[in-house]
Parts: sequence; structure tokens; C-alpha cells
Amino acid sequence: MIAAIGHRGPDGTGFHIEPGVALGHARLSIIDLGGGAQPIHNTDETVWISYNGEVFNYVELRQWLEERGHKFYTHTDTEVIVHLYDELGDEFVHELNGQFAFALWDRKRRRLLLVRDRAGILPLYYARVAGGVAFGSEVKTLIASGLVTAAMDPVGLDELMTFWAPVAPRTVFKGVSQVAPGEMVVLEGDKLTRRQYWDWDFPGATAHRRESQGVLEEELRSILASATEIRLRADVPVGAYLSGGLDSSTLVALLKERLPDTLETFSIGFDDAGLDESAHQRTVAEYLKTHHHHVQCSRADIASVFPSTIRHGEMPVLRTAPAPMQLLSGLVRRSDVKVVLTGEGADEVLGGYDIFKESKVRQFWAEQPESTWRPALLKRLYPYLDLTSAQSSAYLKEFFGIGLANPEDPVFSHLPRWATTAQVKLFWSDGLRAQVQGSAVERLRDSLAEKMKPLAPFNRSEYLEAKTLLPGYLLASQGDRMLMANSVEGRFPFLDHRLIAFANQLRPNAKMRVLREKHLLKETMRGRLPESILKRYKQPYRAPDAAAFFEGNAPDYVADLLSESRVRSFGYFDAQKVNRLVAKLRKSQVPSARDNMAFVGVLSTQLWHAQFVAGEQPL
Amino acid sequence: MSDALRDQIRDFILENYLFTSDTAAIGLDDSLLGRGIVDSTGMLEIIFFIEEQLGVKVKDEEMIPDNLDGVNKIANFVSSKRQAA
Repeated sequence: MIAAIGHRGPDGTGFHIEPGVALGHARLSIIDLGGGAQPIHNTDETVWISYNGEVFNYVELRQWLEERGHKFYTHTDTEVIVHLYDELGDEFVHELNGQFAFALWDRKRRRLLLVRDRAGILPLYYARVAGGVAFGSEVKTLIASGLVTAAMDPVGLDELMTFWAPVAPRTVFKGVSQVAPGEMVVLEGDKLTRRQYWDWDFPGATAHRRESQGVLEEELRSILASATEIRLRADVPVGAYLSGGLDSSTLVALLKERLPDTLETFSIGFDDAGLDESAHQRTVAEYLKTHHHHVQCSRADIASVFPSTIRHGEMPVLRTAPAPMQLLSGLVRRSDVKVVLTGEGADEVLGGYDIFKESKVRQFWAEQPESTWRPALLKRLYPYLDLTSAQSSAYLKEFFGIGLANPEDPVFSHLPRWATTAQVKLFWSDGLRAQVQGSAVERLRDSLAEKMKPLAPFNRSEYLEAKTLLPGYLLASQGDRMLMANSVEGRFPFLDHRLIAFANQLRPNAKMRVLREKHLLKETMRGRLPESILKRYKQPYRAPDAAAFFEGNAPDYVADLLSESRVRSFGYFDAQKVNRLVAKLRKSQVPSARDNMAFVGVLSTQLWHAQFVAGEQPL
Repeated sequence: MSDALRDQIRDFILENYLFTSDTAAIGLDDSLLGRGIVDSTGMLEIIFFIEEQLGVKVKDEEMIPDNLDGVNKIANFVSSKRQAA
């Protein structure tokens, strides 16, 4: 099982086996390089832990515990957790500031805790098996145990082809669950209990904080400084990703104040000019005088790394965007850096996404559905698209008008996106379709409606991002998995729970002033970043999709896995439709968004099946 | 409007957006946008098709759902443009 995740921890392995539990660990050593071998135990060896991640406030927690008489045998953050559990019981988890996934065994009470960090940065999977549960950081470990047989959960695939990822605890693997972000799963005897110990917590629609902007800027500045500072705690070099956007630039500016001479930054650029942000990356790197590293990503690079991307990501994807992130973490590793800070999370926490603007305009429009100029505001949202006259207000109305009659619907904000994504299901086989009952959107709406009802519309769309795309896709497929593919640890200051709690309480207008995204962050950073970065239109990170597989000599696996016989034998898709899609894309100059997503979705599902279910390539 | 023209438009949409030859997959009056059959770039493809395959130029002000959002609508639009030419 542990060999299957050797990439997550190439620096050592460790095991602890006793009646009732077997803990294994693959170590990526970052703190206490010589003395941190896991699993780690408490003083009387009755509490054991196998742990992935970082508790950044371990220094303060250790001091607090030492004052209460606790003795430590390592200098790790890991050991702090078992002592904290001794001291506080299950409430210990509230004291941890960090990113973590761990299994903690309490011998006296014969109970196992599976705990995942609040935002869902690190993964943790489990499956009920005869006599208990099997668990691991990746599903590969469960398959390698021989206790779990890999098979697709059609409902998981339905959710993926609607929200971009299954909603926790569901995964695309039948019978395999994930611990949800902010959740503790407790196994006592044969009884498994799920407990949400933390959640994004927005005030009621009229109960937001009302202080002046100056006060809020000061508070944001202070939390960000602390969130960054504690994420520099490591006994190995720490670098940063630099995309050229506001978030990573903010982070690099904050880091530069602490690492004036040694800051290493890492960027990816694309041969496709429309997707490339190299010029902006250079601007920031030169402005802040960092040691900058750059990797250029071609279409062929994406096609070539893609099978490995799916093997590491463990689920189908609808865009190729994770693949370049895998190349980027490879650059970090080759530069002898083991830890990178990234700006991921700022858009969710501080109001950066177009979908928040889109929803705001649609809310505004829903008040007067017959207005033609209200929906025209949507054009302002997508300045980086090739806007043509075909995208007149009438068309915008067709695309974004979905659900307009019911703006009180808790999932109102995301209906256009989900409807567009779900078009991919056109390619499903009849067999797959027959296995999926009910609607993914309705299931999600039912599960979240009560929590979301009292929230302001803006907060509702933030909450949906926090429950779906952020943990399910961004932090997983594009985040942890692509970092760990090259044994690199990512750290996410914008997802510090103090920052999330602060931002959740802000008036929506403080985060997004009219349609100006991340208003408060921009104002806070004024004078510390080049004006060109503060004023830039937000460019979403994108990579070439279907085009990556149709240029020059595509790798053999593409034609093989999309052949009629392979599509038929795996059973997920309609072989004839896939054929026609491939034929269309071969001729197409500018594939539509739907066709791009469908192609990448089909190819990645085929790769997923070949590698995990058919076992055709080594996992 | 000729049946041949309507069939040609329907077949183009079936082939390029629904990836099937099953004529039951689309009704002649179905909204392409409303049913999510085409997205914004898909609409551009339809305009290219009308201009290149059907030989009718589409002006900016004619790019409205009334002219383009359905098999019958496109067929009517193309017929009337041809007659006017």
C-alpha cells in the first residue's frame, strides 16, 4: 500500500502494527529532517498517528503543551498532534492551523480518527472492508491493499461531469469515500461516524461586518502577514508559484519582505499566445527581484504527460489544466526546492471569480427580466474572450438566463455553468445513462439548501465554490496531486482558516465593489505591487485542451483509447458519437468549449479506466 | 423553403452538435441555445456554415436568435436571404 504512494514520501517509510490497527507512512521530510520518522506516538505509546501535512502553529502549540508538562521525543509538528489529543480529546482539531490528513489510533478507547484539514488541501480516502476500514492518502493505496476493487461509481462520474468533481464524501471509485474538508471520521468497533468540525461560516444576509475599509485593510494585512509567516516554517528551502496574477504576486511581495535575497519563484508559460502570461510573470519577478525559474509548455508536452496526470489525479478531468501544473512542480523539484507557496484560494476567499460577478449581474437582471441592457453587463465580465457581435444581448440571455425566474434558488449562481458542463453527458452510452438515477444538481441543492437559505446571494455562490470546485478539483486535480507527483509540498496562505473566517464576515461589497473583483485585497496591496498587476483583467488559468492532442504526431495512446472497440469495451461512451467528435475536432480551427470539455472528458475517462480498472499500465 | 435545405441544415446540426444521424434527436423548432445544443463558439460555427456551405452572408444585425436559433429558423432565414438576393 505504501509503495503505491512512494511519490508522496520518497524520504522514508515507517509502520506501526498492533491488534486493531496497522498504520503505514511514506515520508517527505520537511521539518525535523533527522528525527521525524512516522508513525509517531504519545508518551505512553497509547496514541499513534500517521500524518500527511503541516500544522504551521506547532511551535506555539508545543510551548503550550510543554507548559502543561508534556515531554516530546522529536521536533516535529506531528508529535504535537498526539499530545494535543491527549490534552483536549476530539476538540484538539480546532487548535490546528494547517493542512493535514491523518489517521490517529487511540489504543485505550480502541478508536480510529480520520481527519482532514478545513479547506480540503490534503486528500484522505477510505473504504469499508470486512472487519473495518482501509484508508490512505490516495485511492492507489486501497487498490494495492487488495481489499478494494477499482470500479467506476456512475453517480460520481455524473457529479464530475456537472460540477467538475464528485462532491465529498463521494469519489469516482465505487465503494471508496473521501473524508470531506473540515470533517473527522470516527471508527469505533464497527460503527463509523462522520462529524463536521469546521465549515465556511457566513453571517445571515444582513449581519456582515460594517467597519470602514481602512480598518478592514489593516486587519487583512495583519492576517495575511501572519498566514504567510507561519508557512515559511520548514527545514528545507521554500519557494513560490508566480502566475502573474494578483494573488501569487501578492504572495511573492509578502514573501520578498521575509526572504529578501533567497526567494525563488516558479512559472509556467504556453506556446499558445492567448493563454500565456509570461510577460506579467516577468514584470513581477523583475519588480520584486526574485530568482525566477520558468518552464515553457507546448501542446506536445501536455499530450505526453497526460496519462501520468490522470494516474496521479485519480479521476477524469474536463480540461488539461492539471498537466502543466505537473510540469511546473517538476521544475520546482529539479531546482532542489521541496516546498512552494501558492496563491490558490484567494479567488474563493476574497471574491475573485467571474462566476461571482456573473451571478451578481444575473441577480440584478432577475429583478427586471425584460431588460436588455441589464444582461449586457455580462459582456464586461469576459473581456479576454473573443467577443463578437454574435454574442449579442439576445444570446447572453439564452446562456445566462437559466434559472432567472427563481433567483431565490440556493444554487442560482451556478446553474449556467453546470448546465454547460453537463452537455458533456451527450456522449454517454445508453448503458451508463441507465445507471444514473436522479439529478446531481438536485441532490446538491437538497443537501445544502438549509445551510444556504439565510445567506446573501454572493455568499451562496462562494459557499458553492467552497463545497465543489475548490476542494474537488482545484486543490486536488490541479493542486495536491500535481504537486505530490513530483514530491513537492504546496502551501496556501489564502486558505489559512483565520483568513477564511475574516473574509466570510465581510460585506460582499467589500470583496467585490460593483464588478471589481478582490477590491479589498487590491486596496490592501496598493503601493506594494506594480500598478499594471493591480489593474490587470483577471485571466483564468487555462491550457490548450483538445488542440494538444491533434497537433503533429499525437502519442499512440490517443488513437488507441478513442478507437471504437476500446470505447465500446470500457462502456462509458457512445462510440459513434466519440468518432464523430474526433472527426470534427480534427477539422476544427476553434473548438467550442463544450467540444473541448467533451474530448478531454472522454479521453481522461478512458485513461482512468485503462490504468485503474483494466490495470493496463502500472499505477 | 425547400425540404433539401432544411435537411441539409438539420444534418449539419446532427453531425456537428449531436454527433448522430438519428433525425429524431432534434425537432425542427427546437431552440439550439435553449436545449444547450450549441454554445457561443458553436453559434459561430453555424454562421460559418451558413456563409460557406449555404452561400449566404450573415450581417451583424442579423445574428439574432430569431434567425439562427433552430433548424426552421435558419432555413427560413436562408431562404428569405436567397430570395432577396
